[in-house]
Amino acid sequence: MHQIVRREEMANGNVILNEIEAPYIARKAKPGQFVILKADERGERIPLTMADTDPERGTITVIYKVVGKSTELFKSLKEGDSYQDAVGPLGQPTHLEKVGTVACVGGGTGIAVLYPITRGLKRAGNRVISIIGARTADRLFLEEEMRAVSDELFVCTDDGSRGHHGFVTEILKKVLEEETLSLVVAVGPVLMMKLISEMTRPRGVKTIVSLNPIMIDGTGMCGGCRVLVDGENRFACVDGPEFDGHKVDFDQLMQRLGAYQSEERKSSEAHRCRLER
Amino acid sequence: MAENEDLAEKEREKNRVAMPEQEPEERRRNFEEVPLGYTPEMAVAEASRCLQCKSPTCIEGCPVEIDIPAFIRLIKEEKFDEAIRKIWEKNRLPAICGRVCPQETQCEGRCLLAKKGRPIAIGNLERFAADSAREKGLKDLSPKPEPSGKRVAIVGSGPAGLTVAADLLARGHQVTIFEALHKPGGVLVYGIPEFRLPKEIVADEVESLEDQGAEIRCNTVIGRTITMDELFEEGYDAIFIGVGAGLPRFMNIPGENLVGILSANEYLTRANLMKAYQFPEYDTPMPKGKNVVVLGAGNVAMDSARTAMRLGADSVRIVYRRSRYEMPARAAEIHHAEEEGVEFLLLTNPTRFLGDDEGRVVGMECIRMELGEPDASGRRRPVPIQGSEFEIPCDLVIIAVGTGANPLLTRSTDGLELNRRGYIVADPETGETSIEGVWAGGDIVTGSATVIEAMGAGRRAARSIHERLTRDLQPSKSVED
Ligand SMILES: Cc1cc2nc3c(=O)[nH]c(=O)nc-3n(C[C@H](O)[C@H](O)[C@H](O)COP(=O)(O)OP(=O)(O)OC[C@H]3O[C@@H](n4cnc5c(N)ncnc54)[C@H](O)[C@@H]3O)c2cc1C
Ligand SMILES: Cc1cc2nc3c(=O)[nH]c(=O)nc-3n(C[C@H](O)[C@H](O)[C@H](O)COP(=O)(O)OP(=O)(O)OC[C@H]3O[C@@H](n4cnc5c(N)ncnc54)[C@H](O)[C@@H]3O)c2cc1C
Ligand code: SF4
Ligand code: SF4
Ligand code: FES
Repeated sequence: MHQIVRREEMANGNVILNEIEAPYIARKAKPGQFVILKADERGERIPLTMADTDPERGTITVIYKVVGKSTELFKSLKEGDSYQDAVGPLGQPTHLEKVGTVACVGGGTGIAVLYPITRGLKRAGNRVISIIGARTADRLFLEEEMRAVSDELFVCTDDGSRGHHGFVTEILKKVLEEETLSLVVAVGPVLMMKLISEMTRPRGVKTIVSLNPIMIDGTGMCGGCRVLVDGENRFACVDGPEFDGHKVDFDQLMQRLGAYQSEERKSSEAHRCRLER
Repeated sequence: MAENEDLAEKEREKNRVAMPEQEPEERRRNFEEVPLGYTPEMAVAEASRCLQCKSPTCIEGCPVEIDIPAFIRLIKEEKFDEAIRKIWEKNRLPAICGRVCPQETQCEGRCLLAKKGRPIAIGNLERFAADSAREKGLKDLSPKPEPSGKRVAIVGSGPAGLTVAADLLARGHQVTIFEALHKPGGVLVYGIPEFRLPKEIVADEVESLEDQGAEIRCNTVIGRTITMDELFEEGYDAIFIGVGAGLPRFMNIPGENLVGILSANEYLTRANLMKAYQFPEYDTPMPKGKNVVVLGAGNVAMDSARTAMRLGADSVRIVYRRSRYEMPARAAEIHHAEEEGVEFLLLTNPTRFLGDDEGRVVGMECIRMELGEPDASGRRRPVPIQGSEFEIPCDLVIIAVGTGANPLLTRSTDGLELNRRGYIVADPETGETSIEGVWAGGDIVTGSATVIEAMGAGRRAARSIHERLTRDLQPSKSVED
């Protein structure tokens, strides 16, 4: 059992932070790695990046956006409640080294995954320019945290309710023109990561993306998380989740992410019915 | 006299007692166990057919060498408790083996009566003895041994790991089993479906290990959560690796990443481990198909096909590039699948998958095969017939063409010798690996094999580990630490 020792709501309750007791995982985790959480006996196994770890307290922190049935169930857990299962750290850690000036771009939920990477790159001595975006101001989260680990921070919203009125890609375009970037890290909707990779490719700027395919075991056993990278199947849970954006087949990833959409909707509806009864 | 014996034998042969089963029409849409088990009368009748051979060949066919005639005689004499005790001497998991062993190539295949086509139903009898003990709550309680003070870490809770744990506990050592998934049992829980092996049976076995003092730590991936080196640092005196062969193999043909194409590991893990067949009561969704194709013809393929049937498919087809004769699945599973309406497209190989605009699979192009010269495995090699391509429609494809060695642990462990295919090199007699104090056994050494072979490897490794640990206990060695 893994108790929630701290719980916070962000972005009007759309984003939740949980600090969870998991001493073995906390001891080992590095930026970029994730855990799989399962709330109860009937629950799904849900992969979430660790935003923070505290080896001394023996805790890990996850920040997740409420998007469907399982994250709704997670949201209903209060401080003092427990996750039945937590396994990790999974995946490859981010390769953190000093390369010069880097841009960290995050959209939507991706900001949660981007944050620990950004912090790691900053600590490694890079000059960090961060660009984060959301649909509207009250969907935005981790703004202050991102600012604290960035030399410069740009904020965008689709509706202009905060920061730049438009997409993160528009800001990145400008940054690419004005700065000599050694690295771009992009985490967010697949379409966003695809567009960014296409922008940086002609300029030859190395681009790392963090992929979130559907996962079950997280140990390379099921192949559900396979993504086409450089024409070869790779398992995101073991070889990833970060890959070279210039080599990822994003179109295929987009299709594969939609695999369970109708079922997930059914599940979410059934869940709401259960809650309402 | 000889004539009389002949006659008596004919009687015996005729009457191999069939195990009652759920009717195909009914069971093809539910997840309850298919064979229902013998009644005591049936078991006694079947046991009575055994010739009690002087030099019983059946035993040679059992990888753990159960004294088969002895336990069968005890069943015949209605001494059911003694029968199960006889089995327990050699096999810790009889309720499981009785159900899943490929008896026709093991014990029953070597039974004297097999030549006449009517071997004793050894598996059914073993299952009967185990089930009646379970119902009565009879436990394999050997007297508690003197604690040795030695601790052994076991990585993986499949049949190999469970056997090592049981055997070491019985010799007084302390054991901790580390399991990556959230439930112990290995393939027995994530792979083999409920209708073939009720999960309650596996849970009972695991529980009885815990009763005997085994510690089981789930959600612990060795190589990630804890490394092998750290296990030694934590004070374990020996490590056994039984991590199985859980790396799914794909066909590597065009279109394989279309939505609706998944590995049998994923399909069965969703269904069994996550109980997705009970979606939405359980949260994990299950991909459903109207026209399902399963590639491969082993147990894994049969399990996938029969699961798809139970989830309401209109048609389920097994596509296999060799002929019926070469299908590796247990005979009973092929028979059950056929009865439940699974079709077999033999001597057929897929060449590519066809998708729609949204990237969902809608069909598969296949080519017909014919059997040529025998290959290295002695089986006739299938060769494509040029120009025989044809298409079949399908909306769900499950790939069950075998598994490989999962590199997660082996890659993160320095000095562990692997063979060319990534499996651990271990002494076949003792299970010792290239690292001092580390043993290995089961599928991660042999490649996918059988439950009972994994258990056999576990048994041999436990013996070797025990010898090493007690050798270290000899007073000649220093006991400072
Ligand atoms: C390595 C990795 C790290 C991640 N880190 C974070 C994080 O730090 N914060 C965060 O908010 N989200 C993160 N995600 C995404 C998160 O796992 C999904 O949002 C979550 O699984 C949705 O579950 P649901 O039941 O609430 O929604 P659903 O209704 O199930 O689905 C909503 C969306 O999530 C996708 N999804 C469903 N199940 C899975 C699954 N098992 N794995 C991946 N995607 C799935 C669906 O395709 C769908 O698009 C990460 C995903 C991966 C693979
Ligand atoms: C669907 C299916 C049907 C089958 N049907 C039959 C049958 O009818 N009859 C038969 O005899 N055989 C059958 N087999 C084969 C049989 O199940 C295997 O040969 C046997 O289970 C191998 O046992 P094992 O202990 O070596 O490994 P497994 O049973 O594979 O168990 C290994 C365990 O180790 C865990 N693990 C892996 N890596 C790590 C790590 N790094 N850290 C911690 N834990 C880890 C895994 O999660 C798993 O639980 C079937 C196999 C499958 C997949
Ligand atoms: S363990 Fe398997 S091979 Fe041995 S007797 Fe039992 S069914 Fe036969
Ligand atoms: S070989 Fe067959 S008949 Fe002979 S003892 Fe074994 S089970 Fe009985
Ligand atoms: S999640 Fe199963 S292989 Fe990656």
